[in-house]
Amino acid sequence: MFRKKECVAMLLAGGQGSRLYALTEKNAKPAVPFGGKYRIIDFTLSNCINSGFDTVGVLTQYQPLVLNDYIGNGLPWDLDRSYGGVKILPPYQGKKGADWYRGTANAIYQNMQFIDRYDSEYVLILSGDHIYKMDYAKMLDYHKRVNADCTIAVIDVPLKEASRFGIMSTEEDGKIYKFSEKPKNPDSTKASMGIYIFSKEVLFEFLTADAADPESSNDFGKNVIPAMLAAKKRMYAYPFSGYWKDVGTISSLWEANMDLLGETPKLDLRDEEWRIYSRHETHAPQFVGESAVVDNSSITEGCEIYGTVRNSVLGAGVCVQKGAVVSNSVIMDNVMIEKDAKINYAIIDEETTIGAGASIGSEQKKAKGITVIAAGLSIPEHAVVGDNEMISDIAQIQMKEEM
Amino acid sequence: MEVAGLIFSNIHDSSISELTNIRTMASVPFGCRYRLIDFPLSNMVHSGITKIGIITHNNYQSLMDHLGTGKDWDLARRSGGIKILPPFFNTYDNSNGGRLYSSRLEALMGVSSFISRCTEDYIVLSDCDGICNIDLSDAIEHHVENKADLTIITRKVTVGVDDIPDRSKVIVADENGMITDVSTYIKGESAHEISTNIMIANRMFLLNAIGDAGAHGYTDFYRDIVAKRASKSRFFRYLYEGIFIQITSLESYFSNSMKLLSPDVRNGLFDVKHRPIYTKLRNSAPTRYSENAQVCNSYVADGCVIEGVVENSILFRGVHVGKGTVVKNCILLQDTFTGNNVTLNCVISDKNVVIRDGRMLSGHESMPFFIPKGSMV
Repeated sequence: MFRKKECVAMLLAGGQGSRLYALTEKNAKPAVPFGGKYRIIDFTLSNCINSGFDTVGVLTQYQPLVLNDYIGNGLPWDLDRSYGGVKILPPYQGKKGADWYRGTANAIYQNMQFIDRYDSEYVLILSGDHIYKMDYAKMLDYHKRVNADCTIAVIDVPLKEASRFGIMSTEEDGKIYKFSEKPKNPDSTKASMGIYIFSKEVLFEFLTADAADPESSNDFGKNVIPAMLAAKKRMYAYPFSGYWKDVGTISSLWEANMDLLGETPKLDLRDEEWRIYSRHETHAPQFVGESAVVDNSSITEGCEIYGTVRNSVLGAGVCVQKGAVVSNSVIMDNVMIEKDAKINYAIIDEETTIGAGASIGSEQKKAKGITVIAAGLSIPEHAVVGDNEMISDIAQIQMKEEM
Repeated sequence: MEVAGLIFSNIHDSSISELTNIRTMASVPFGCRYRLIDFPLSNMVHSGITKIGIITHNNYQSLMDHLGTGKDWDLARRSGGIKILPPFFNTYDNSNGGRLYSSRLEALMGVSSFISRCTEDYIVLSDCDGICNIDLSDAIEHHVENKADLTIITRKVTVGVDDIPDRSKVIVADENGMITDVSTYIKGESAHEISTNIMIANRMFLLNAIGDAGAHGYTDFYRDIVAKRASKSRFFRYLYEGIFIQITSLESYFSNSMKLLSPDVRNGLFDVKHRPIYTKLRNSAPTRYSENAQVCNSYVADGCVIEGVVENSILFRGVHVGKGTVVKNCILLQDTFTGNNVTLNCVISDKNVVIRDGRMLSGHESMPFFIPKGSMV
């Protein structure tokens, strides 16, 4: 039996996140580690439970192993429910054949049956690749109040950046009359956050029509939203203000991590009223040794610091040996930084060893870009990896040395 | 091999009354993020024990809150798992004047129904005030090989060097490890091997001992059962040589916590391969060190904000060290808040203590200054 749920959340977590390169080689973007003890998807999942939405379908497709493992039964987010809870929804074989999720809309279309089990009136569509804290219940209230068919959360962006986003042009009351994907000359600064609430009947009607159209690329932004606008459906923009970041690129992922630092961090993870939950292993507490210097940094349990850490975010179980200097960097879980290694402006993925005396990233105060070291690599002693490089295979370093 | 566990959560409560006034020995915080019961629980879980009874006495709210369903130790089970055993006495039987048990043996008598309902052949018994990371399965194997009724896990001590707790049980064994005598340690006397109060017992032996005790009015497990029966039973000792910390007083709590700053002790407890110590997860954010933070030789939990100076200290989860504040040789328990320009030396602050701007407090290593739970200074 399934209990009735007013609103079912559907979380699109199948994207590859190809602009994160080495970080998503074996890992879907939503499962990329963030902020020391989180993964990107924690924010959306925590928002769901904190908003009182306890039924969440997670649509997976690309490299789902880590993500499936991570979500598990949903316990860390209090989503291990007898009725509802979190459910992983992979592509499947149906009576008429098997199909991958061909687009965001198609992924939901293939899972209409899941939504119907809960007899819900509304469907919340989320993506698992943004860092933000938002009360979806308020958005649902708004959706009901304006009697919308579809409500799209929007955030005000600077006009000069507006052409990077999907832009909503609205009337004064928030009613959307125009939607333009990455417009050259934007006439509004209201950018879509990729968060939609649909009234279920309308959504199903448009998804079915979209699926029947062979020309469609089955995408919400490209196809379904424009089709609904053209059909004069009641579409409203729900204004959101606060921290919101698309961490789809190396530089934005790095920036979002840096936003956790400082006197009053832009992104506050200590808010007792809006906790961000995560699944993590038990580690011993962190130890800061006699000779250590730790300055403007965020450090997670299991770390042992004997060297210098400045303006950096360290995941669990990281060891920084004597004489090593880590600055302006994001170090993920269980990285070993051997003595006298230097890391500056870099993202080091999980389970990596940085050999003694190695130098990773920019040697200057400023960097052109962020250097990335993929998971599980062993960087040899005294190796040099320059500014803005992407190392996903140890051969890349050896080749350079031979030249 | 089927083994169940039994943990005495309140034994020796009186030795650190400052911390146990409001909680059980089992729920005394230790080592940044643990409670004492995490050690026996983790040791048992790592030895494949998944049915564990926890004998309580009084003030066990904090213990129940800590344990929850037992999920964090992987002990939320349909069969077995954690069973909290509240104090038990017959409502209509006034023979003991309605008072709660006051000894180990009486505590066991109170849980005889749990022991008799178990189907396991062996039961591991453990206190909470002895902190160690021990491989119990090896001890259990010895117990089985020896066809023992009871195996007491012991540790070596040197009089004058080690801090030997009052009332320690001195164990004397022959060359085969068979126990020949048990006595209570008296200061100044010689002692080589004392009990850790971790034992492995045959369940049937335990039931028999409890029955015997009931019939004869025995109250002391070591005196009335172990010593009395030693000559005619198979009692063995198993010597444990790893790190073992026994909390016997507030001063010993202080000095033993400080031992965590040395890598041998820290690694011997927390960095044993495949044997992590589990505890309740709290979902704290990582600890944030601000630009002016200066931290050295300190053991820090997650969820802290450090804006001042911290040296040779143990910080529990959610501690806040304000700007210009200097914390040296301190143990600050969960959610202790220090304002700006505070100076602390040799202070133990219990949970949720608030120390306002500019306060200066100092104890001494031999007599740490203790601030009770929830106080505002």
